[in-house]
Amino acid sequence: MAYLIKRTVNSAIILLLTVSFVFFAGRLIGDPALNMLGPGASDVALENLRRAAGLNDPILIQYFRYILNLLSGDFGISYRYGFSVLPSEKLSEIGQPVIEIVLERLPATFFLAGASMGFAVPLGVIMGVTAAANPRSIADRIVTVMSLAGVSIVQFWLGLMLIVFFAVHLGWLPTGGYGEWWHVILPALTLAARPIGRIAQVTRSAVLEELAKPYIMTARAKGLPPTRVVYLHSLRNAAIPIVTMIGDELSALLTGAILVEKIFAWPGIGLLIIDSLSRSDLPLIQASIIVVAALVVCVNLLVDIAYRLLNPRIRIGKKEA
Amino acid sequence: MNEGILVRADGLKVEFPSKAGPVVAVEDVSFQIGKGEIVCIVGESGSGKSVSSYSLMQLTKFSGGRISNGELTFYRRDGTVVDLRRAGEDRMRRIRGNEIGMVFQEPMTALNPAYTIGWQMAEGLRLHMGLTRRQADKRSLEMLRMVRISEPEKRLRQYPHELSGGMRQRVVIAMALACEPHLLIADEPTTALDVTVQAEILGLIDLLREETGAAILLITHDMAVVAQMADRVVVMHRGRKVEDGPVRQILQEPRHEYTKALLAAVPKLGDMSKRPGPEPMKIIGGYECAPAKPLVAGDSRLLTVGNLVKRFPIRGGIFGRTTANVHAVEDISFTVSENETLALVGESGSGKSVTGRAVLRLEEPDSGTVHFQGRDVLSLHPSDMRDLRRNMQMVFQDPYGSLNPQKRLCDQVAEPIRNFRLDEGSALDDRVATLFDRVHLPRSFLRRYPAELSGGQRQRVAIARALAPNPKFIVADEAVSALDVSVQAQVLNLMMELQADLGISYLFISHDMAVVERISHRVAVMYSGRIVETGSRRDVFENPRHDYTKALLAAVPTLDPDSSIRDRVKPISPPASPIHPAGYEPAPPEYREISSGHFVLRNASW
Repeated sequence: MAYLIKRTVNSAIILLLTVSFVFFAGRLIGDPALNMLGPGASDVALENLRRAAGLNDPILIQYFRYILNLLSGDFGISYRYGFSVLPSEKLSEIGQPVIEIVLERLPATFFLAGASMGFAVPLGVIMGVTAAANPRSIADRIVTVMSLAGVSIVQFWLGLMLIVFFAVHLGWLPTGGYGEWWHVILPALTLAARPIGRIAQVTRSAVLEELAKPYIMTARAKGLPPTRVVYLHSLRNAAIPIVTMIGDELSALLTGAILVEKIFAWPGIGLLIIDSLSRSDLPLIQASIIVVAALVVCVNLLVDIAYRLLNPRIRIGKKEA
Repeated sequence: MNEGILVRADGLKVEFPSKAGPVVAVEDVSFQIGKGEIVCIVGESGSGKSVSSYSLMQLTKFSGGRISNGELTFYRRDGTVVDLRRAGEDRMRRIRGNEIGMVFQEPMTALNPAYTIGWQMAEGLRLHMGLTRRQADKRSLEMLRMVRISEPEKRLRQYPHELSGGMRQRVVIAMALACEPHLLIADEPTTALDVTVQAEILGLIDLLREETGAAILLITHDMAVVAQMADRVVVMHRGRKVEDGPVRQILQEPRHEYTKALLAAVPKLGDMSKRPGPEPMKIIGGYECAPAKPLVAGDSRLLTVGNLVKRFPIRGGIFGRTTANVHAVEDISFTVSENETLALVGESGSGKSVTGRAVLRLEEPDSGTVHFQGRDVLSLHPSDMRDLRRNMQMVFQDPYGSLNPQKRLCDQVAEPIRNFRLDEGSALDDRVATLFDRVHLPRSFLRRYPAELSGGQRQRVAIARALAPNPKFIVADEAVSALDVSVQAQVLNLMMELQADLGISYLFISHDMAVVERISHRVAVMYSGRIVETGSRRDVFENPRHDYTKALLAAVPTLDPDSSIRDRVKPISPPASPIHPAGYEPAPPEYREISSGHFVLRNASW
């Protein structure tokens, strides 16, 4: 329990640092008011907006105000979305809160990341275990080559090839879009290639290492069937590096599916970040980054908790503490 | 069908494929095991004794071995006969763990760390006897009671790391016997255990043989274990059987030269009684090196250690405060004179290794004093300390881990000389070559790498390296424990020879009473961080006063086949936990002087 509190506090500190970085970096890249209204804005309009948005206050005051607003769930108002007229001092009445825009995108992001890992984890683990259980066999070689290919393949190219083959040539699946469950298949497959490869590589080496340990011989001397020896005895002990890798890859999916979302016109967070960057929509950029950072922090926390569940020695350490 | 026979191995041959063609690990080995009999296969590392036993379960194939010849007849429970070499994998799985149980050398790693004891025990029972989990737990509990483990109900729910080595080995034995096998194979079941625990486990195995009627195939390198346990003995050497017969015949009238040499190399407790000083061992078939001078300890003090304390904090809580301390070394004092060997003996966790490292300041002690050649070691500035280290060297237990596999041997031995800038150029080369002569290694080894050497040869290199800067004092931390007996005897003789010729003092850290009796002038027995008894070798061995010293001596197996292990060994209570809450200060030790220089601790606990 103490450990869990400690880790949660750590996570909160990391998030605060991220938020601070995002806030100050946003101020460094230029005048927010000018960014918002565009180069043709009049001095009066700029000044009005600055007063309305509190941009004339000292930077630290603005910073603390920003943090306090975040804590109450207020991530600011988008500069671009939901305006029928030019932004003015009535910003907060007509603009759309950025957090709504970001949250709207989360289901799509989760769906895609979940579907990719749904392909990648079982496939990668089975490939890795099969290779480790039969070292230097044909199966091992096939897995080694395939995982290397999965890791090194260019996603952009793979995505296009899948579209050409399954959508254009065979016509089985749509080229892109969002709405029905089968829309997710091609982008998820594209994204799964790298995690499959890396999970297979890590699983292979971790299981191989475990299989050489004495307790495996004990299990075999008990007369257990090989599948039980490999999957129940060795895999459980090999799980920690594998879970670490799954966490890494999941974080990467949550943050970096930008290219694939673009190719398949998938309305996830990656696409939102690109859009908001090209529109210089500072509050939206900040909110997206903070939400993504929070997701990554959560994934890491879950991975840490998984360590405790997987390894009884760490679990006991917690009890004693 | 042959009544009374359980297993018959005929002309067994096992090969391991390698790039240079198959390597024969075992060739033309034949033996038989009768029902309810204890057969020992004895031999040194690489003799093929483990491979022979693994073949009976076809376990060799999992490490790449192939049984290429021979017949392994096994009389099954249902009266049928099977050749274990030719049996298919399905049939083997019904025999493994069911009709043949196995116990391994390393109890610390033989259990899966991720599952509870109960889960692991239930596994085999559910598979072979078709029990439900509940029935299996009931049977597991019965088995744990049978191996006399304390609090068996609690153990079922515990994970392996929560148990001591001795308890884990009991669990492994319980697991191996759970399906009532007719044969139990035990591969060095006590080698990794402390001597008192070893005696308990051997006693248990003997008892279980009586209770269950299972035959036991015991693999060991230890002649004393053979003497305690065996009905019949198979002696193996370099993959071949050199001799077999009833235990009495092998021990008292060995016919083969190798068996004789093996027996001669075993240090026997009591061999040295009435002798004034350490003496080298007699080695048959090897070179012999009698010391030029008698091994008489000098009078002048070299090392004085006073009230040494070393504790390791256990941290916990959100802020990582120290919540408790492991009292590894608790207020100990001793001296080492010039030309003298002080043996620090005790079991694992007694604090003997920490003491050795603290004296060299490899581990910074919490309090106490260490004086070496009259200088206060603990208050020395790091640069002066470096200077002093020239005179204080260390030899470690594991000759495989303590040499750098990437460097040539001559460079490793030359390193301390270069470090202290003692010699350069051709003088350095000469000095290294002389050191190789000194430890009886051929000069052709100079340019080799550690991987090309055997364990004993490596330990010689480690000793040569320790000798390189001409030290006055060497801490030998279990320096011969990992070696085969014949090699151990040679290295012990070498250490004594070096003491006679060079006047070196040793702090000889060991758990082996028989070895200690052979090499030491004075002995300090450690238990749970304190010295419980200290005195001259003869005082401690011939007139032990502390209960722990007595238990330690009683637990040493002897080569007498008539002494039964179960009669001699009374289980001693496990040491009190050395973990105390932060701020705990134990009472200072009080010693009673039995005779001049012979002290016994009076404190009952601390």
